[in-house]
Amino acid sequence: MKARAAVEGALARIEALEAEIGALLDVDEEGARTLADKLDREPAPRGPLHGVPFALKANLCWRGHLTGAASRILDGYRPPYSATAIERLIAAGAIPLAITNMDEFAFGSSGENSSFGATRNPWDLSRTAGGSSSGSAAAVAAGFVPFALGSDTGGSARQPAALCGVSGFKPSYGRISRRGLIAFAPSLDTVGVLGDSIERIEQVLACVSGHDERDATSLALPPLALEAPREHLRGLRIGVPKEWDAELCDQGARDRIRAALEAMHALGAELVSVSLPLTLHANATYQVVSACEAASQLARYDGVRYGSRESCDGTLQGMIAQTRGSSFGPESRRRILLGTALTSDEGSPSYEHAARVRRRIVDELRAIFERVDLLASATAPEVAFRLGERSGDSARMHHSDLLAVPASLAGLPAASVPCGTCTTDGVELPVGLQLCGAPRADARVLSTARCFQAATRHHLARAPLTGALP
Amino acid sequence: MTRFTPVIGLEVHCQLATLSKLFCACANRFGAAPNTLACEACSGQPGALPVLNREAVDLALRAAAAFGCDLAPHLVFDRKHYWYCDLPKGYQITQSREPLGCGGEVELADGKRVRLERIHIEEDAAKILRTSNSESLVDLNRAGVPLLECVTAPLLASADEAAECLARMREILVFSGVGECDMERGSLRCDVNISLACDEPSARVELKNLNSFVHVRDAVQFEIRRQSELLASGRPVERETRTWDPERRETRSLREKERASDYRYLPEADLPPVPLERARIARAAACVPELPMPRRRRYTSELGLDATLVEVLLESRASAEFFEATLRHARDAREVARWLANDVRALFAEPELDVHSIAELSFKPFDLAELIELAANGRASRPAARQVLRAMCRTPRAPRELLRELGLESLDGGAELDELCRTAIAAHADASEAVRSGHARALDVLVGAVMAASKSRANPVAVRARIRELLQAAP
Repeated sequence: MKARAAVEGALARIEALEAEIGALLDVDEEGARTLADKLDREPAPRGPLHGVPFALKANLCWRGHLTGAASRILDGYRPPYSATAIERLIAAGAIPLAITNMDEFAFGSSGENSSFGATRNPWDLSRTAGGSSSGSAAAVAAGFVPFALGSDTGGSARQPAALCGVSGFKPSYGRISRRGLIAFAPSLDTVGVLGDSIERIEQVLACVSGHDERDATSLALPPLALEAPREHLRGLRIGVPKEWDAELCDQGARDRIRAALEAMHALGAELVSVSLPLTLHANATYQVVSACEAASQLARYDGVRYGSRESCDGTLQGMIAQTRGSSFGPESRRRILLGTALTSDEGSPSYEHAARVRRRIVDELRAIFERVDLLASATAPEVAFRLGERSGDSARMHHSDLLAVPASLAGLPAASVPCGTCTTDGVELPVGLQLCGAPRADARVLSTARCFQAATRHHLARAPLTGALP
Repeated sequence: MTRFTPVIGLEVHCQLATLSKLFCACANRFGAAPNTLACEACSGQPGALPVLNREAVDLALRAAAAFGCDLAPHLVFDRKHYWYCDLPKGYQITQSREPLGCGGEVELADGKRVRLERIHIEEDAAKILRTSNSESLVDLNRAGVPLLECVTAPLLASADEAAECLARMREILVFSGVGECDMERGSLRCDVNISLACDEPSARVELKNLNSFVHVRDAVQFEIRRQSELLASGRPVERETRTWDPERRETRSLREKERASDYRYLPEADLPPVPLERARIARAAACVPELPMPRRRRYTSELGLDATLVEVLLESRASAEFFEATLRHARDAREVARWLANDVRALFAEPELDVHSIAELSFKPFDLAELIELAANGRASRPAARQVLRAMCRTPRAPRELLRELGLESLDGGAELDELCRTAIAAHADASEAVRSGHARALDVLVGAVMAASKSRANPVAVRARIRELLQAAP
């Protein structure tokens, strides 16, 4: 009865806290119970994920369920197929339990752009859970589920993981099939994983990674071969980018990162100060590339085939304009307008220009990995900010993804691991350490992060309100 | 009136004859019930991804080889954006920055060579069905069908040249097996760009939806006249898209403002570049047969066939190849051509035979050659040979054997023929009398009677001679 017990435990914790947090858009109680009972009747477990309930971000298609990217334009939409990552998890015996809240179409860093209201941070309900995988991070932080799928286009899995004090991982571009991930920017999108430990994330990666012939951009590689647990970090050279360190505004957070670097040094790693001047342009480059691709990607939401439809003057073009104008949220409209302007005849050199800058940033990052094995920095330049504090201020909102975006542009694997908390305005708030690896060095990133966790045990710290949970 | 020189270019869309669609596993098939050939990818569902169909690439490479295009080093795709209900993703996946092929040419009958500016691969849009109460229904079966777009340089100078160029492109594509190219089914479509040059070229008009060769010719003819008259009277030609109305026999403006101009092309990030390896290109080129134009030249000058026969033989690759294979076992090319063009084709009109094209014939070129030989040396009368041909469609047996089994071997003389002739003379006393008194044409009545009585086995030449003999001998 282990699977059923795990599901009931998760449902009890959801029952106790979800109303305050707003991490979930839908819970499939009956489906999960049925699947759990079926798994419990099987003679032998299918693997480490057998009977483990999980949550998935609302931009991952789950056949027959309401996975509409938290957008009103996909009101009532139930996809006719499931994302490859979900198919593989189900095949491994994991139990999809709930759909998590997010910024609409993953546009945002605070969860406030969800059409269904923002998720609250379990560490302080007045603060953001980060974004755009806000619900996935909060669901793990609140103890609802041991892990959740998210997505990471420019930090959307790592930043909320850091702000909610859980582990988060963005794999190399193409490591996990994007099939069924409702795209935001196809050259940047990855399926991300958030979990209560790096060990858990490794189990998920071993299951969902590996080539998918239905995604032409998926790496032609077998499932990720994990490295054996490390006792120490001797022989590893860890680069600390000067420019990234300077962006860290919060003194408390700065102290936690410094302590984390010292901890890795104590484990035997060699710390090397490195300079990555071009990555200072990463955020601007990312804004152009992602907006152009998003405008293209969202063109399909026209009210013709699925989702919501508004009509006005009886013409097709009128229907499309009315539907898009009234069903997309303000941030989606902003990005579509920006991307459309930048790709129109007048603005069209912008995308190519940004793509060229992107290639130079990629070259700079690739070159640094000839000198170091990993890059270490904070995941986000600050701890969780208050809800409402930055809404409407795009520039300040984008600042939140500053340290996460370089890995996205270059398709590099990067993990965020909890490295302690700092006191801000009288509350303890988690800080995340980002470890970014060379192209396709996912296993190296994870084994290093796992070693750090085993030594520091920061990941065991729990949000205070989860203390009395079942 | 001032003379203006028409400047005409074609944009030809050919559906590639693949088993499945360009970016998904749905069948590429015409005529299925609406929306039964659609999946998450070709219906533009959120999160669905395109996966490139290798067969489509190979067919496009074959076309490139047939036209003699220079190839791009790798295949890259772009998104072309516009909103219309026939476009499920809000963009069409096409090749704009770097087409599969550039250059290459199409040869016309008079030897003129029309350069191709580009050929590229793209996906077809869905089909819109208009209902009687002016609703539009979307049929996604066609969405994502692979297309090859071929754009000629504006080097055509008349309506006839435009229509001919389209026909030449079609036969190259058909012979190479690249596409079915049936204009009625829409598997070949043609847009025409046309302007008139005098001192400086006039604005370019695009003619869309020309569904047959006749429409292409008529529409271009009309458009040349319309533009000439405008220019001659000092009015400008507007740059626009027009369509041909075959009922009123005129072009009219489509006024498609919303679909004009800015397509906001963007690289297709879902499809990484596909390198085109030399071996793959060579394999595709090896599938290109001898093209229709050199064959046409050979048939006319070497074999001495007249143009009408040649065109019938060149109707399809199967037809031309059947002809040439038969020729290897036969003496007279003209005779073979006539048999194929007339008697064999007549079989396709007989429903009970259930044969509709050369490719479906159950007998072999060798068999046809044997039958032609039997007819040529008089072993079988022409009508008897036709009957054997029909029998050959049902049973794959040697014509010689079928002829014997059906009892159709020629009656050239002997007692049986004698008896038939005597019976006919007796039965048609008036005709016999007429022949005797010098009305030679009455002989046909008697010959006809013998032919009918012999069920066409009698050799008409022998019958004619024998009846004359009998009538002269008798008192």
